[in-house]
Amino acid sequence: MSVKSTITAQFQQVAREQDRTLAPLADELKLVQSGLDSLSFAIIVARLEDSLGVDPFNATEAVEFPVTFGDFVRLYERFAK
Amino acid sequence: MPSESLWKSISSGASPGGRLHGIRHTIPLADLAQATSLGGHLEELREKSVLLLTRDQLTAALAMIELDGVARRMVLCPPDLAPEHVPSVMQGAEADACIIDEASANSQALIPLRVRATPVLTRMERPRQGSRYTEWVLLTSGTTGVPKLVLHTLASLTSALAGRARAVVEPLVWSTFYDIRRYGGLQVFLRGVHTGSLVLSDPSEAVSDFLSRAGAAGVTHISGTPSHWRGALMSGAAASIAPGYVRLSGEIADQSILDSLHAAYPAAVVAHAFASTEAGVAFEVRDGRAGFPAALIDSPGAVELRVREETLQIRSAGTARRYLGNGAEQLRAEDGFVDTGDRVEERAGRFYFMGRRGGVINVGGLKVHPEEVEAVINTHPWVRMSLVRSRRNPITGAVVTAEVVVNDIGAGLGSPPPAEVLTRELTDRCRRSLAPHKVPAMIRIVPALEVSPSGKLVRPLA
Repeated sequence: MSVKSTITAQFQQVAREQDRTLAPLADELKLVQSGLDSLSFAIIVARLEDSLGVDPFNATEAVEFPVTFGDFVRLYERFAK
Repeated sequence: MPSESLWKSISSGASPGGRLHGIRHTIPLADLAQATSLGGHLEELREKSVLLLTRDQLTAALAMIELDGVARRMVLCPPDLAPEHVPSVMQGAEADACIIDEASANSQALIPLRVRATPVLTRMERPRQGSRYTEWVLLTSGTTGVPKLVLHTLASLTSALAGRARAVVEPLVWSTFYDIRRYGGLQVFLRGVHTGSLVLSDPSEAVSDFLSRAGAAGVTHISGTPSHWRGALMSGAAASIAPGYVRLSGEIADQSILDSLHAAYPAAVVAHAFASTEAGVAFEVRDGRAGFPAALIDSPGAVELRVREETLQIRSAGTARRYLGNGAEQLRAEDGFVDTGDRVEERAGRFYFMGRRGGVINVGGLKVHPEEVEAVINTHPWVRMSLVRSRRNPITGAVVTAEVVVNDIGAGLGSPPPAEVLTRELTDRCRRSLAPHKVPAMIRIVPALEVSPSGKLVRPLA
């Protein structure tokens, strides 16, 4: 499974668990408009660390915080190598 | 209860016919009137501060009985006391003697007087001399791992026994999963030698073997932590004993462990008690429900309880006197109350334990007590025990995760569901009864969870 499809599946799973309505996951979708709250993102990041083996937010180099869904996927693609 | 030394009350027949059952030896308590485990060295220990460093529990039990009323102070060292901590314990207790056995770790070289004890008695050469008041010192693990020395007296240790009727109908046979050099085990030891017999556990023995030995001795009263009891239920040997009284203490007794013990021992009173080394025994709950009645708070009596900043505080004759050692912190407040550090919450006329004050997980500024999440997870019929912990998180600071041990001997339910089904069911269960930030972000099925030598789930420091 690609990084993007893993992330997409996780967004959908967590939205379902948290009873949130997820906006269609287009690259340009702003994360603040995705329908997820900070707890949802916390859970997604924790689970992605397990499934992809990386936590880009805790990397030693400074990362630019993702604004859109596309930014979020690219950030993981950069680290998940 | 006893106003005289422990040896005096035992040798004058507090429990005629009583026995101490070790893993290899059994000692009739009445023999202690004429015999000794200290090979004629008892009087050399008079007025000394004595570390009890024996590995064997029966040897320690005999030494405690003999030393009370002779030594100035005795320090009960559990067998897992790390050798590197012995010097600080020695210093704090101003120890000038120690009792060892053949298995004692070789860490007591600096102590001038060493007496070797055995679990086999020899005849006392000289009659025992007069009696003095002896300080009892227990160790508790501090947050840094260096043990704290907690000073008790025989009177404070036995205050929960005061006013109890002696066993007149049938002698009681007590047992405990605890080591008797810890507070919970020491309570059982003192009850045992005053009201009947006692079966001692042994760290080298499997739970199932211990239970069958206790069963063979006819155990009537038995105590342990909820973790000990979960281990007993998982051993497949719970039916080796048929006690009339089952006691839980030392950790939060949630509804599922109480219900499991009721099912395993339908004829027994299942009681959970609140006690700590510092605060002593506060109360016992016998109604089979988790938590305790709110009426216990702020009511007058021998044991007084109050809640300050959501934390239970206790004042009674059973609380410890003070901590020993230079620069030791204060154990009791000016008004005599001991802060237990255990948080409680009132719901519908009952207080429930929410976990230790230091153990709170902070999820984006919202608090989670691991124990309240564990209590929900443990209600699932396929769960035997669980551990909830904090996991660092870049978004909320932390998220909650859980590790779960499956109850695979089940309650006649067939084989356990696949891990992904079970974790989904557990997540759903948590979501129904907990706020969203308390629901574990991840649940892992694990083969076992670590239980400390004191019988409690090992919790990572928050």
